[in-house]
Amino acid sequence: MSFQDEHELHIRRRGRNLGVGLLLGALIAIIFGLTYVKITSQGFQAPSNVAGAE
Amino acid sequence: MTDASINNASATEHEAQFGDYFALLKPRVMTLVVFTAFVGLLAAPVAVHPFVGFCAVLFIAVGGGASGALNMWWDADIDAVMKRTARRPIPAGKVTPQEALALGVALSGFSVVLLGLATNWVAAGLLAFTIFFYVVIYTMWLKRWTPQNIVIGGAAGAFPPMIGWAAATGGISVKSVLMFCLTFMWTPPHFWALALFMRGDYDAAKVPMLTVTHGRKSTRAHILVYTLLLAVLAISISFTGAGGPIYLIVSVVLNALFIKGAFAIWRRDETQAEADDFRAERRFFKLSLLYLFLHFGAILAEAGFDRFGLQLTFGGLL
Repeated sequence: MSFQDEHELHIRRRGRNLGVGLLLGALIAIIFGLTYVKITSQGFQAPSNVAGAE
Repeated sequence: MTDASINNASATEHEAQFGDYFALLKPRVMTLVVFTAFVGLLAAPVAVHPFVGFCAVLFIAVGGGASGALNMWWDADIDAVMKRTARRPIPAGKVTPQEALALGVALSGFSVVLLGLATNWVAAGLLAFTIFFYVVIYTMWLKRWTPQNIVIGGAAGAFPPMIGWAAATGGISVKSVLMFCLTFMWTPPHFWALALFMRGDYDAAKVPMLTVTHGRKSTRAHILVYTLLLAVLAISISFTGAGGPIYLIVSVVLNALFIKGAFAIWRRDETQAEADDFRAERRFFKLSLLYLFLHFGAILAEAGFDRFGLQLTFGGLL
């Protein structure tokens, strides 16, 4: 069984696709980091409609 | 994706690479935005978590970059005829105007919302206003209409330290307004010096720069007057809460050099300038970059001393 040949378009756009992939990875890391910092900071208050927030 | 779009894409001469899209964000202008926003953030009297601070400066930079992409979308016709900008991604045929518009709009929304979530909505609102001001007020309206384009439009480039300050404090203060004023007053002489040595560019593009509407002699006089006004403002900041002895020394030295450069430009005529390929004008332009970076560097140094309990201000009149 052989894999389908890579389309020429994928080769041409490799740099662009890698860049977008890295940016999306960085965005996930930033959102995760911000969430962590926000919920571990002293002033954090859970919304009142969350169970156990009282 | 349809076969048709693949075929269309392969028909284009140049496939846009990641760097071409990045170039739409005007990375060199972004360094100024990043640095001044960073100073605004650190000069604020409220400590910010380092990661939140990093994100705030990043989102401000992305917002600045987004407005750069929108500027390139709107001004593609001007950029194509100006030597300085002809190699930008749109006139060079690397990126289509529609792609620049999409990238600019998407990054504008993204940066404003994320800055609001990461810090506060005052900072996000200021960033949104900055993007609006640069794209609509400056690019779409002032730039092609009045020789005062960069005087008023310079406000867009002056907002980042205020946004940085607002990201830390959630508000606006005299200090942050002073940082705004410093960049605002610095912009006209900086750009007019550029307009003097990029001679034919603005004429060819029919942009009503001062050199085109009022002539080059008048532009030289304007540079001198604005430089003198800037010097008064810049040195006065030494005696406010944003300044101090370090800032004063830096400011006096830089303003002396800047005024000397402005006088040299004012005393020259076009024959002299052409003879040495606009040496004085080019030097003044380079000095203007150093001028702004060192002034903000001094504000940062003063803030650093304050944070470690060493008050170096002259009593802080403001």
